[in-house]
Amino acid sequence: MSRPEGTRSSRRSLQVKFVPDEDVLKHIADDAGTKVRKDKAQLSVSMKRFVKKLENISDNEAQEILEEKNYVAALGICAQDPMGNGSNISGGEVYSFQTPKRSSKMAELASELAQTPEKNVAPDHSRCSEKMAKTPQSSTMFLLLMHVFSLLFQSKKKEFVSTTPYRLRKRLAAPDPYLESESEYSASCSEEEDEEDQKEVSTILSSQKTPGKTKTASTPPPRNSLAKKIKEQKMGDLVEEYFEAHSSSKVLTSDRTLQKLRKRRLNQQTLHDLLKKAPLAYAAEIRDLNQQHESLFSKWMLQLHLGFNIVLYGLGSKRDLLEKFRTSLLQDSVHLVVNGYFPSITVRSILNSITEEVLDHIGTFRSPLDQLEFIIKRFKEDSSLELYVLIHNLDSQMLRGERSQQILAQLSSLPSIYLIASIDHINAPLMWDQAKLSLYNWLWYETTTFSPYVEETSYENSLLVQQSGSLALSSLMHVLHSLTLNARGIFRLLAQHQLEKKDSPSYPGLSFHDFYQQCREAFLVNSDLTLRAQLTEFRDHKLIRTKRGADGVEYLLIPVDDSTLTDFLEKEDEDV
Amino acid sequence: QIQEDLNKQLLDNLLSFLSRSHSEFQEKTTEWTCRMKFREIPTAALVLGVNVTDHDLTFRGLSDVLQDNITPYIALLEAKDCPGIKNLMQKLMGQLMHCDIDVDSLEDEDCVPVSHNRIRCSMSSLTSWYEGVTKKTDSETPSKKRNSSSRHWQSPPVVVIFKDMESFTTKVLQDFIVISSQHIHELPLVLIFGIATSPMIIHRLLPHSVSSLLCIELFQSLSCKEHLSTIIDKLLLTSRFPFKLGGKVLQVLINIFLYHDFSVQNFIKGFQLCIVEHFYSQPLSVLCCQLVDVKKRVYSLSHDQCENIRRLPSFRRYVEKQESGKQIELLTNDSFLKEETEKLLKDLHVYHENYVSILRCLHVFTSSLPKYPLGKQIRELHCACLENRVWETEEYESSLQLARMLNKTDLVTMLQQCVEILMSSSGKEFDKTVEKLKEFLTQFQNLEAEASQERDVSVSSQKELQKKTDLYHLQKTLLELKESRRSKKLTKFEMLRFEVVDYIDSLVRKYLVPADNRTLHEIVYFNAATVLRGHLNAAPRTALHTALNNPHWYLKNQALKCDGGGISNKAPDICIVYKLHLECGRLINLVDWLEAFSTVVMAAEEPNADAASSDQVDDIIHARFIRAVSELELLGFIKPSKQKTDHVARLTWGGC
Repeated sequence: MSRPEGTRSSRRSLQVKFVPDEDVLKHIADDAGTKVRKDKAQLSVSMKRFVKKLENISDNEAQEILEEKNYVAALGICAQDPMGNGSNISGGEVYSFQTPKRSSKMAELASELAQTPEKNVAPDHSRCSEKMAKTPQSSTMFLLLMHVFSLLFQSKKKEFVSTTPYRLRKRLAAPDPYLESESEYSASCSEEEDEEDQKEVSTILSSQKTPGKTKTASTPPPRNSLAKKIKEQKMGDLVEEYFEAHSSSKVLTSDRTLQKLRKRRLNQQTLHDLLKKAPLAYAAEIRDLNQQHESLFSKWMLQLHLGFNIVLYGLGSKRDLLEKFRTSLLQDSVHLVVNGYFPSITVRSILNSITEEVLDHIGTFRSPLDQLEFIIKRFKEDSSLELYVLIHNLDSQMLRGERSQQILAQLSSLPSIYLIASIDHINAPLMWDQAKLSLYNWLWYETTTFSPYVEETSYENSLLVQQSGSLALSSLMHVLHSLTLNARGIFRLLAQHQLEKKDSPSYPGLSFHDFYQQCREAFLVNSDLTLRAQLTEFRDHKLIRTKRGADGVEYLLIPVDDSTLTDFLEKEDEDV
Repeated sequence: QIQEDLNKQLLDNLLSFLSRSHSEFQEKTTEWTCRMKFREIPTAALVLGVNVTDHDLTFRGLSDVLQDNITPYIALLEAKDCPGIKNLMQKLMGQLMHCDIDVDSLEDEDCVPVSHNRIRCSMSSLTSWYEGVTKKTDSETPSKKRNSSSRHWQSPPVVVIFKDMESFTTKVLQDFIVISSQHIHELPLVLIFGIATSPMIIHRLLPHSVSSLLCIELFQSLSCKEHLSTIIDKLLLTSRFPFKLGGKVLQVLINIFLYHDFSVQNFIKGFQLCIVEHFYSQPLSVLCCQLVDVKKRVYSLSHDQCENIRRLPSFRRYVEKQESGKQIELLTNDSFLKEETEKLLKDLHVYHENYVSILRCLHVFTSSLPKYPLGKQIRELHCACLENRVWETEEYESSLQLARMLNKTDLVTMLQQCVEILMSSSGKEFDKTVEKLKEFLTQFQNLEAEASQERDVSVSSQKELQKKTDLYHLQKTLLELKESRRSKKLTKFEMLRFEVVDYIDSLVRKYLVPADNRTLHEIVYFNAATVLRGHLNAAPRTALHTALNNPHWYLKNQALKCDGGGISNKAPDICIVYKLHLECGRLINLVDWLEAFSTVVMAAEEPNADAASSDQVDDIIHARFIRAVSELELLGFIKPSKQKTDHVARLTWGGC
């Protein structure tokens, strides 16, 4: 039943998708002087849009041919002009609105990606074999066309497919949650479905084609008027689209967790070792890139001295680059390296190191502003003072605050302080308003290095590394071992209760009163006061957190994630 | 070395301009402080416009002017220093006492500069300080400080400038105003509010009870666009500075100004950057100097530099046009080349002089045409002229057409303006032009006289017409009249008008040749617009996007090359992970993600993957995945989510 609706909604969403691109283009091509740029941008977009348009009007062959011609032309010009400017992508392409996605999509893309470069397509894969059978292999363009159609298949298919395996999986998982084969099954299920759904998909496609045709017959749209209409619709649709994408709080993802993967969690050290073993891809090319950037060093120096500050952006760690800059040019001058990615860095510590190390001032300041004033005064008085400040990750968690940025900006506006910094976060430029920007006086340099962020991510509490988890576990064990048996019992009680309730997202914690009851029943405490004393000890060790609910009741919670808690209980059981 | 003093000149220009624009405010302020009633605090609200970054300079200029002319007691307050009334008072007193020390200079050492941190900051201490200061100056002035204090008044007002009124907390402002209004008798306070948006903000920030304590007068500063045109006028449209901007570069700078920030300072920054880039990247920029130095510098050129000159495309074009003997001479003989270069540079200089004058003349004509086909501002005209031959553009055609329809008075005034411009210009070639234009002017005057005569003629003919009543004759004369009118459809005035316009046209064709056609223009023109745009108006997100979606752009490896929107499975890990994450909704299951990733990576490595080491490979892939994901987290594409176990939330919208 959901079939026709599904197709229609997908059609509409696709229609919406391709208009904003054009609009954005128009917006971006603001100056007439750079018409060439506009054309180029259009080319780079048209690659992508071509796919979408095809989906859109797959029933209209004349237009399809037109698009193909466009596409070929685009290819031709691209071949002629390989040395354009890389950053000529319209904003719409970069981050447009979200279209509703389904869970299996990623797996599909993965399998597709895995296959794309292979010239001989795996014969067992029905979709691809069908594709190859239909297409004249010489022409890459037709291949692409088929690729588009397969995309179309997928998008159609998902509308009704997506729920089935999900439910299936759930049902399967219900009787035996620790079934070993479960994950394997779901891994392969998407591919199996591909095969069995193949027929259905084609029928849907034909059924979808017919209404499309009747529609075009009834309203033969001249292109320009159609465009106009679309433009009018677009705003409303965009808004609708946004809310559609964000309205449903329910997210369809599979329920698998890493724990069932039978894979031990890696700690930081093993991760590091493993990564060392893995060869760095494209080392030569990355070296070339770095050499390109390094040739700019003397220019940076000049520009720093002329009162500009330099900010580096682009994918890849810029740490090594800055280090190299430092070692090659700043050896003989006073410089300060700030590792912004370090989780406990503050502006205060930066200012302190300037006053203490550079200015040899002993004494404290009441506020960073005072300190800043002092620094500014000193630098203004003594024109021979020069300081190079290198900040890795100016946009890090600790430095991105408004006040820290203001202080850093004021610091950098001093003529004898030369700042060179790097940013990585996509939204980093939003930190600065006009006033700060003018204080910073940035010159932007794109330094895409593609080198891995080794240092920068090592401090991060990564989801997969779980260093905090292991740390928390060991500290838990450590603290608990030094406590009395009763105290351990109390904690275990709380932990068990929390684990029982782990499925309810709104679990506020165990109320003090209930906890007291339970402890009494287990003969762990004999009075209200002893329990309170015990809890205070826990709290001092940060083992629990208390929170007052809306009704004034005190709730107790262990601020550790469930998996660690389970591990902890298991270990406890072993010990006992 | 050159750029340094250029920069200085640049800033000086701006500063002088700003202070000039503010002198009128300050005059008004003085007058009106005299008038002020004692219950209210005189307040000036300065509407400065949205170009916040320039305000600093404006205020500095303003306070300098005030300091020179009215009062030594000036405090500049910024919102970020004053989160509370206490800080505000501290800051205020600190600044006031500081300038007090400056004024009294070192004569009275006994007046120990008390650390203002320790003073109890209150309005009363401020007033007592003020009394002390004024008394002291009063007692001292008769003998030595006559001159300085005669500029100031007997009791100079204390001026408090709030740089950015909008960002002050309402409470602080209100408190300050209420408190100080109570002390206004002892302390002649003047407030100046710097406002970026609109004067309405005062009433929105301050309730009526507070704002009634103020006696507000509004001042409007010049719009930033006018600042820009002055700067362009002074920097670009003059032959004083040898350095010039190419058309594209100027366009980029103006676009940044108009579409991004309206900041004159940023424009100047861009200009400075251009200078730096030019002198850094162009080896021949040594020759970009004042005309006086050219000769010396040209003769000190080394052989390599001469070779550089020969390599310039514009110079090559020039060589090709010469006859063969000279060609050989130019290409082989260094000293001959130097002579020639000097001559060419001089030509270029002369060209600039002429260019500017004629451009101004043309601007006089085009700026008054309806619909402004060539733009209202002279900068637009300048851009158009730099870009290509202006007389080949459609806009120019239409503007000429319109100019042919101007009426006489306009035309005469324009011609007069042109004459003035040309007279004031330093170019030597304009004597004849001026003469010609003057001749036109006299002709116009003569026309008037002729016109009156002509009128007589026509009147007489009409009289004739009235005399004859015969129908046939009437018809005949009417026909004759008609005939004659058609034949000499151009009156003398029209003829003359055509002549003038044609003459202007010829001037334009002669002098407004785009600079690209001039020989050796590379030496003085900076044309790398893309570089400039990259440094000033960078797009970090697009760079990131390109790197992730199309790694081939940066890593020139054949394996990464692929057509269409996709990427190959041999791409760097982070690209693959990114591509996979694009396929997900708001939440991403890490397990699925990992699996998808390993599928892709395994497929890429298939040829050399051995079954024996599969376990280890798996671990490595896992580790690579972890790295890639944490890198994406660092880049801000995802963040850990508590909604579901082992899920991350996406932070960017779709983008598929």
